[in-house]
Amino acid sequence: MTRTLNLKAALLSALLLLVLLGAWQLATRSSGTAAQTVSPEQLEYMKLMGKDPGSQKATGFPGPGQVGAIALKQLSQPFYDNGPNDKGIGIQLGHSLLRVGMGFLIAAMVALPLGFLIGMSPLLYRALDPFIQLLKPISPLAWMPLALYTIKDSQISGVFVIFICSIWPMLINTAFGVASVRRDWLAVACTLEVSPLRKAMQVILPAAAPTILTGMRISMGIAWLVIVAAEMLVGGTGIGYFVWNEWNNLSLPNVIFAILMIGVVGMGLDLAFARLQRAVTYVE
Amino acid sequence: MKLVSGEAPGPSIRVASSGARPFLQVEDLGKSYVPGREAVFEQVNFSIDRGEFVCIVGHSGCGKTTILNVLAGLERASNGNVFMDGREVVGPSLDRGVVFQGHALMPWLTVRRNIAFAVRSKWPDWAAARVDAHVERYVAMVGLSSALDKKPSELSGGMKQRVGIARAFAIEPKMLLLDEPFGALDALTRGTIQDELLQICAKTQQTVFMITHDVDEAVLLADKILLMSNGPRARVAEIVQNTMPRSRTRATMHHDPQYYRIRNHLIDFLVTRASGLSDGRAPARPPLVQPGLAACSDEERVPDLPAQIRRA
Repeated sequence: MTRTLNLKAALLSALLLLVLLGAWQLATRSSGTAAQTVSPEQLEYMKLMGKDPGSQKATGFPGPGQVGAIALKQLSQPFYDNGPNDKGIGIQLGHSLLRVGMGFLIAAMVALPLGFLIGMSPLLYRALDPFIQLLKPISPLAWMPLALYTIKDSQISGVFVIFICSIWPMLINTAFGVASVRRDWLAVACTLEVSPLRKAMQVILPAAAPTILTGMRISMGIAWLVIVAAEMLVGGTGIGYFVWNEWNNLSLPNVIFAILMIGVVGMGLDLAFARLQRAVTYVE
Repeated sequence: MKLVSGEAPGPSIRVASSGARPFLQVEDLGKSYVPGREAVFEQVNFSIDRGEFVCIVGHSGCGKTTILNVLAGLERASNGNVFMDGREVVGPSLDRGVVFQGHALMPWLTVRRNIAFAVRSKWPDWAAARVDAHVERYVAMVGLSSALDKKPSELSGGMKQRVGIARAFAIEPKMLLLDEPFGALDALTRGTIQDELLQICAKTQQTVFMITHDVDEAVLLADKILLMSNGPRARVAEIVQNTMPRSRTRATMHHDPQYYRIRNHLIDFLVTRASGLSDGRAPARPPLVQPGLAACSDEERVPDLPAQIRRA
C-alpha cells in the first residue's frame, strides 16, 4: 500500500519536474526570432550602438540548458581556488557551513544550559521572559552594524549573527521542554533519591529531548536562511557572497545554480535534524 | 481474639526504643493547602506493623493521595509527624518504594532499563551483571520476562503496572506505597494482578500501604482497612480488621461468611456514614473494629477504644 503510494508520488514528482523544466525552456527560448526581421544594415547599426542582438540573447534569462551546463562545470571541480572572487562552489558552501556551524554550536552551548535553568526555575522563567520576548523578534541582520563596530571583523560578525538568530528557538524550546517534564517521572527520581545531576541527565534531558531537538531544528533552518543575507552584506566568502558576486558579474546561470545549491544544502541539514529528532522521540 | 490496649503515645515517649513502637506511626497528621484555611484532613492517626498490608478507603477529595505522598516524603504535611522504623519521615527515601497511579515508567527506556534505573539508584556500586540479574529476577516475579527488552509503549496497561510494581519491589524497600495502582485497569486484569500482588507480598513479608476505591480489592488484600471520613477536615474514622485467614483468594473469598459482613460494613460506611463524619466529627483516635466476627449484628462492634489497640 505505502509502496505503491510512494511510487505514484515519485512518478508525479518527476512529471511535475519535467513540466516545470519544459515551461522554463519555452519561456526563455523566444529572444532569437527578433534577429530574423532586421536587415543587415540595421544589424550593423545596432552593433555600432552597442545593441548586438547576438550578445543580447546571451545575457537574457538563462534556460535550463545553460544552468545545467554551468552546474556540470561547477560540480566537476567544486574546490578550485583562483583568488578572492573566483572560488569553487564547494569552498563557498564550506565557508557558509563553517560559519553556521560555529554560530549554531556557540548558541547551543549557551541556550541549552540556560534553557535548563529557566525551565527548572519558575522565578527565572518569569524574570527572563520579557527579555526573550523583546529580543526574539529582532531581525538578526539588524545586529550587524553593532557586531561590525564592536567585533571589527566581518567573518566573526557573520558568526555572531548566526549565533543571535539561532539562540532563541533553542532557548525557548529547551525551557519549555524542561518545564513540562511529567511530574510523575520527577517524583520517581525523587523517591529513588537520585542526585540532581543524574536526574538532569537521565530523566529531564531524555524527557525534554524531542522538544529541545525541535528547537534546534528550527534554529538551524533560520540560521541557513540568515547566512545568505549576512554574507551578501559582509562579503569575502560564502554562498551568499557567491550569489551577490555572480549578480555583479550578471551571470544569472550561476545565480540560479547557487540558489539550487542553497536549497539542497538546507534540505540536507533539515533531514539530518529530522533523523536526530526521530532518534530521541519516544511514544508514551 | 483478645484485644489489648497499649499506652497512648505522648510527646514524652517519642524517643522510646523502636521495638516498642509500631513499624510506621502516623500522629496527628493534617494538611491545609492554604495556611489558616480549613484543613483537607486533620488529626489523622494510625499505625502499621511490620509485614502488614493496609488499605485506605474513602471518597475522593478526603486527602488519601496527600497522606500517601507525605508517607513517601514527596509532600510535607501542615501538622503532625510520621515515624518509620523509629525515624521521622522528612523526605523521600529508598526505604519506601512507590507505585504510582499512572505507572510513571520512563517511555524512552526499556522495561529492563527502567528497573535498572531504580536498582542502580539503590546500589550505585553494583556491577552491570549484578544489576541485570537483579532486574531479571524481579521482572520474572511479575511474569514479564518475555517483555524485558520492550519499551512501555509496546505493553498493555496491566503489563505497565506490573513493571511499576516490579520496579518498586526491586529496590527492596522497607515499605511499599501504592496509589490506587489498579484504578485504570479492566476488571479481569485487575483480578490477576491482585492475586499476584497477594502472593508476592505473602512471600516477601512486605509492609504495604495502599490507596484503593475498590472495596473488594481492600477486603482481598488488606489486613487492616482504614476508613476515611469525607473532607473537609477528614479523619481516619475507623480501622477495620480483616479477620479472614490470610490464605484467602479471590476465587474462594466470597464463600467465607465473614466476607459479606466486612464488605457490607465498608459499603455502609462509604455510602451512609462517611459524610456524617466530615468536618472533624470523626474521632481523632479511630476505633478498631472486627465486623467479620460480629454475629450478624452490628451491635457487637467494639466501642471507642484508645487508639493503640493491637492484637496480642
